[in-house]
Amino acid sequence: MRENKVHGIIFSNMHDHALSELTEKRTMGSIPIGGRYRLIDFILSNMVNSGISDIGVVTKSNYQSLMDHLGSGREWDLARKKGGISILPPFGHAGSGIYRGKLEALHGILGYIRHSQAQYFVLADCDVIANINLKKAIDQHMETGADVTILYKKDYVVPDAVQECTVFEIDDTGRVTDVLINPQTSGECNINLNMYIISKDLLERIITDTSSRNLYSFRKDFLQASAGKLWFQGFEVTEEARKINCMKSFYEANMDMLNEDLRDSLFPKDRPIYTKVRDEVPTMYGLGARVSNSLVADGCVIEGEVENSIIFRGVTIGKEAKVKNSIVMQGTTVGEKANLDYVIIDKDVTVSDNRMLMGFSTYPIFISKGSIV
Amino acid sequence: MFRKKEMIAMLLAGGQGSRLYALTRNLAKPAVPYGGKYRIIDFPLSNCVNSGIDTVGVLTQYQPLVLNEYIGNGQPWDLDRVNGGVYVLPPYQKSKGSDWYTGTANAIYQNIPFIERYDPDYVVILSGDHIYKMDYSKMLSYHKKNNADCTIAALEVPMEEAPRFGIMNCNEDMSIYEFEEKPPQPKSNLASMGIYIFSWKKLKKYLEEDEQDPSSSKDFGKNILPKMLADGQRMFAWPFDGYWKDVGTIDSLWEANMDLLDPKVPLELRDQSWKIYARNPIMPPHFVAKGAVVQDSMVTEGCKIEGTVDFSVLFAGVTVEQGAIVRDSIIMPGSVVKAGAVVEYAIVAEDCVIGEGAHVGKRPEEMEDKDAWGVAVIGAGVTIGDKVEVGPKAMVERDILEV
Repeated sequence: MRENKVHGIIFSNMHDHALSELTEKRTMGSIPIGGRYRLIDFILSNMVNSGISDIGVVTKSNYQSLMDHLGSGREWDLARKKGGISILPPFGHAGSGIYRGKLEALHGILGYIRHSQAQYFVLADCDVIANINLKKAIDQHMETGADVTILYKKDYVVPDAVQECTVFEIDDTGRVTDVLINPQTSGECNINLNMYIISKDLLERIITDTSSRNLYSFRKDFLQASAGKLWFQGFEVTEEARKINCMKSFYEANMDMLNEDLRDSLFPKDRPIYTKVRDEVPTMYGLGARVSNSLVADGCVIEGEVENSIIFRGVTIGKEAKVKNSIVMQGTTVGEKANLDYVIIDKDVTVSDNRMLMGFSTYPIFISKGSIV
Repeated sequence: MFRKKEMIAMLLAGGQGSRLYALTRNLAKPAVPYGGKYRIIDFPLSNCVNSGIDTVGVLTQYQPLVLNEYIGNGQPWDLDRVNGGVYVLPPYQKSKGSDWYTGTANAIYQNIPFIERYDPDYVVILSGDHIYKMDYSKMLSYHKKNNADCTIAALEVPMEEAPRFGIMNCNEDMSIYEFEEKPPQPKSNLASMGIYIFSWKKLKKYLEEDEQDPSSSKDFGKNILPKMLADGQRMFAWPFDGYWKDVGTIDSLWEANMDLLDPKVPLELRDQSWKIYARNPIMPPHFVAKGAVVQDSMVTEGCKIEGTVDFSVLFAGVTVEQGAIVRDSIIMPGSVVKAGAVVEYAIVAEDCVIGEGAHVGKRPEEMEDKDAWGVAVIGAGVTIGDKVEVGPKAMVERDILEV
């Protein structure tokens, strides 16, 4: 048993605007990815696999699909008497309205935080897919005694990402010396993974301090403002990680899962990524099915051709249909002789027989949930 | 105090399934994997839940570890209930000594206290040996309508196969006037499916009487049912016409899996209104590599296919390496077919390794002596070395590492 209990807080709605097509009817956390997962599954499973069993999920809007996905938290082993998962809808004081930023969101759950028995908090968004052993970061935080431990990854800045990118300057001792938002840099940078470890006392103090000054942006009003004053220690994540901050990176992260190295790193046997169980039957391949370099989930019926694609649960691909370089989400039907190339199809879409949809590698076409093409 | 239930189910899962040989060496027959992601017991359990039965006693005896672990708290079948749910009932020690379950009737007899807690009007007795989808609530309505004491689910089998079954001879109103166990000259082709609904008070009386009879073998088919019939109790056959398969032998287990690949076979697992539930393996979607060929097959989560898979059922986490061929076969969870190996007409149990260039099984058309042909079986955890050949009808229980 871990003596210093750690409590997780996940922000399910941060960065919704970065993938506005996909978040029209859902939260960032409930965006489908990788054939059978939702974005939130990764951070949630990381926390559970790192021994965190007390987790609050902060929501803001469009969170029905998220609630449906998480249910009682049983699939993540979080349906507990002690701790477990708590979904934290926006807590509006009279006249306060919906929160503008992470600090205000935290202020809305201040009571929940105060009530916790934990000594440390891990704060995280849902914009990273990775299988990270958070224990190591937590151990480092306890050993160093830093005010905040910030998880970062050495990577390149995506130039035209919709989401703001935070980059750190870090000295030889691993200490964060500067916090830059959307810098004009080239080359490898220390990119923020939006995961922080902080003590309960300091977290409470920050929330009340910033609230009294009507500040709401965690990065601008806290990280940047306190960069020189507080001890921010960096923790480099060496595991494979993909940051989802625009449609392009979403598409690429899915396609990267066709790469065995990334799959092995994301789905090791001893640290599984949990998700909602749908009790689908195994996938059935018909006569004449031709599948190559693709990830296919359960419950599909495949009678056509599939190449370089991600096929979610319960998808039907008709005879002589061709699906290439595409992401086809849950419950979609692709009719006979339909031809798809570079297409992202949201849930429950019907593509009629003989239809042809062509996008381009740098600009895949998006078909929204429930459409009939 | 437990709330009263109209009907509860008692599932006989103690069978060894000795005719499955290597496959049931370390697990009871109801725990044998089937259909890519299921175990046989998922079918009766899911049928119970889908029929509205929320209290199930599972009677175990032989090699119960895997089964106990698999059933757990019953959550995958939605049987983790505040009132009712699924209970594993092994034989237990009593103040006056302890007894194994000596027969199917004795197993139920020993659990009368469990049944009485729910004060049921009816009890349905099921076995964990069959693949089928059935609405027990319809059978119960039929039982009530007939004011029956016992109703037995019945399947019409081809007349030439009838001598292999327990046959019921019925009057026009489907009331039973005679049982014949494996009759050489059957009068009818109505076979018992081993699914019985009893009015509980009647069954309890017969179980208690049967227990006192030292000559009885404490078996439903041999003792309880004939005795009830002889006493003139109201017994009816309930005709069922869906898919039903006893998977008690290697051949029938292989066939039952292959039936899933045949669109003409009326076992529809895809029906959303009658889902078959199973414990989930928690694995990523399966990956089909460039150059792989997958046709007429069932594949589930965690598999990685680089070779050829044809007319086969692959369970969770199976790997088929480059150049390997899997044809007309069943590969159970976690097994690896290494590069260039060939597996045909075979059942490969859990966590096996088929070495590079090895060859397991043979096609019947390649055999001169057809009688020598049969499905090859590799038992759980066995490693077949590189280039080793395992012939048809083989039953491999230990590693074969060298040619």
